[in-house]
Amino acid sequence: MGLALPVSPTYQASKEEYLSTKLSYLMDILREKTVNWSRKNSLWPMPFATACCGIELMATGASRYDIARFGAEVMRFSPRQCDLLICAGRVAIKTMPVLQRIYMQMSEPKWVISMGACASSGGVFDTYAVVQGVDQFLPVDVYVPGCPPRPETLLEGVMAIQRIVEKEGVRSSTERGRGMGLVIQPTIQVQVENPTAN
Amino acid sequence: MTTSPLTAEYGGATYAPVEPGGDVWVLNLGPQHPATHTTLRHVLELRGERVLSCTVHIGYLHSGFEKLGEHLNYNQYVVVTDRMNYVSPMANNIAWHHACETLFGLELTPRCKVIRTIIAELARIQDHLLCVGCAGLDLGGFTAFMYPFNARETINDLFEEICGARFTTSYTRVGGLMQDITPQWPAKVKRFCTEVMPPAIGDLEKLLTRNRIFVERTKGIGYLSHDDAINWGWTGPLARASGVRRDLRKDEPYLCYADNWDGKGSSAVQFKVPISDGGDCYARYLIRLAEMRESVKIILQLADNIPDGPVDVLPESKQTLPNKGEVYFSIEGLIHHFEQIMTNRGHQPPIGEAYGANETANGELGFYLASDGGNTPYRVRCRPPSFINYQCFPELVVGHQISDVVAVLSGMNIIAAELDR
Amino acid sequence: MLIAKFPDIDFAPHPLMTRAEKSHEQLCARVPPERLLEVMRFLRTDDRCNFEQLCDLTCIDYLNFPKARDRYGVIYSLLSITKGHRLWVKCFANDPSPQVPSVVSIWKGANWLEREVWDMFGVRFTGHPDLRRILTWEAFEAHPLRKDYPLRGRGEREDFERITRESA
Repeated sequence: MGLALPVSPTYQASKEEYLSTKLSYLMDILREKTVNWSRKNSLWPMPFATACCGIELMATGASRYDIARFGAEVMRFSPRQCDLLICAGRVAIKTMPVLQRIYMQMSEPKWVISMGACASSGGVFDTYAVVQGVDQFLPVDVYVPGCPPRPETLLEGVMAIQRIVEKEGVRSSTERGRGMGLVIQPTIQVQVENPTAN
Repeated sequence: MTTSPLTAEYGGATYAPVEPGGDVWVLNLGPQHPATHTTLRHVLELRGERVLSCTVHIGYLHSGFEKLGEHLNYNQYVVVTDRMNYVSPMANNIAWHHACETLFGLELTPRCKVIRTIIAELARIQDHLLCVGCAGLDLGGFTAFMYPFNARETINDLFEEICGARFTTSYTRVGGLMQDITPQWPAKVKRFCTEVMPPAIGDLEKLLTRNRIFVERTKGIGYLSHDDAINWGWTGPLARASGVRRDLRKDEPYLCYADNWDGKGSSAVQFKVPISDGGDCYARYLIRLAEMRESVKIILQLADNIPDGPVDVLPESKQTLPNKGEVYFSIEGLIHHFEQIMTNRGHQPPIGEAYGANETANGELGFYLASDGGNTPYRVRCRPPSFINYQCFPELVVGHQISDVVAVLSGMNIIAAELDR
Repeated sequence: MLIAKFPDIDFAPHPLMTRAEKSHEQLCARVPPERLLEVMRFLRTDDRCNFEQLCDLTCIDYLNFPKARDRYGVIYSLLSITKGHRLWVKCFANDPSPQVPSVVSIWKGANWLEREVWDMFGVRFTGHPDLRRILTWEAFEAHPLRKDYPLRGRGEREDFERITRESA
């Protein structure tokens, strides 16, 4: 990225001033990069596990899939200690206020994963009691598809959050609410050799 | 709706002391709490650490399963039963179609019965492993949670091989199975029972059975007597830990638990039903371990001699879906397939009601079906073991300390989706 | 045996369902609501019956059911552990205020089951110690498992405050 200094061209800065401004600007970038990098690699998830997806979340935390490889193994059940809300499972009408309260209790910066078809869209439960997608009432960053998603898929979702954190970091309050402006591309491209052959 | 659930639920002063200056405090445990695993809520009145009274609020995962059942046909609803007890979905699939076949009056093929028995026992092992592991986790032993998950992953692999999904399986169909098992599957099951399970149970025993912290936090906690257990409607391992001699596999045998299951005079599978008169959390834990051992024995008896033949009942009865080869290459198969899946055709059950129950890992899981002759049920009622087991929870925890609430809860294995449906 | 004890009640014992070839072995008896407690107490204590456990309690809304006369059928599924037999008892109630006596005094396990039936069907159980809604919340007005309630509800699931990134 360019290091264009935020000074007007008419203003003649002294050499010392110029250097110190440049240095502090560099330090800012470096600090932001460092903070983002460390945030990204130590996400503390808050598992809001209601249903089947919660079991896959447990399996992701257990030894075979081992979410600790991505630095996100520190599950904290107090929302005030967490920065990543994983909403796993369907959310009933009675649970939605609870989920909203938990989201509001989490301290900034915070990100939300909506895990599974039920949390993202209601899934097979198109009934009177199930909220048809938590994103209607909460800001969601990453949707993880599947019913329930395999642990690999959830790990991909966590990695997507990491890419968001790395690229955007913490947005200031004026930037909030304008959407992410970022499309998460899957890291794995599936190569289909000859799509017409059966 | 004028009041939102938030105000309705939290309107009372549940966080404040009841009497200012008094020493009785009200603590709200849940709906989101690590020990509840899912969404349960208890309002505890405490004096110091002692529980004076406990009020349970449920319904935080109510998703309208029974309403949904009135709109899906007999084969489609199996997808919803997966999500009912998501710890052992295979057992739910089998229980649902057991009720359907009671309604239709179908008799399964021997091969199907054997396969269903094996997967029912695998599901039982799966459920007990998670329950015991979580009991360890809630009492502070994280290792006891990690070890059983390894064995659980192996079971998930086995299920994935036969039906393509790790644990939302939807494997059964009316009168049969979604597809036949793969040829190498029985050998894998056998290897699981001989090589994976014994060390897994052994590890658990070493970690917990004589672990002093675990024993002292579970022994004598949450006691329920034999008569109370019956009166409260307890079934399954919880009731057997209180000394109730009841196991549907023995008392109302189905599948391979019944004699002469293949029509050629084969005897039922041999197993024992573990019973304890302890009635506390520790007894429940021991019962679960013993049941896992018995399940392994049952599977080993069956895995070697799975009879040949079709897995679905004969296509002449027009009750099961034909296999795909028939659908693609013969006009009769295609017609039959469409007859089954079209919305105004499909199964034509007799008008009436039927109840079918299975012994699953949590207790008696039954389905009460009412049919008005259409291709969807008129009413689906699930008898959820968690719901009925859970209602005497206040009686179990009153008088204990607050940390024992967690121990009782993890010993009962409450699955919220089955609880609230 | 039941008929001998209560000659004045028409129990109409019948199997739960009848197929063309054979009748089903699950037996069902019909009891009017005003005699329910008396009959249930007999079934619980009599040595020939010994139904110690209330296995299940549910309800069916027979709104459009073929040949049904009454609307709500409360179904008690009784189980005897010592004898190993089952019996289904049906008790019918009708609009506008369906009422059935509560059996909590006989089987403690009926408590939540009756609350669930009240919640889902709106059948009131007289004499129940704590008849509150159990699965839905207190402010909910409808009874969702009635046949005239739509599957997707009446907009309850859309009625929340929306939290955005600014407001949180």
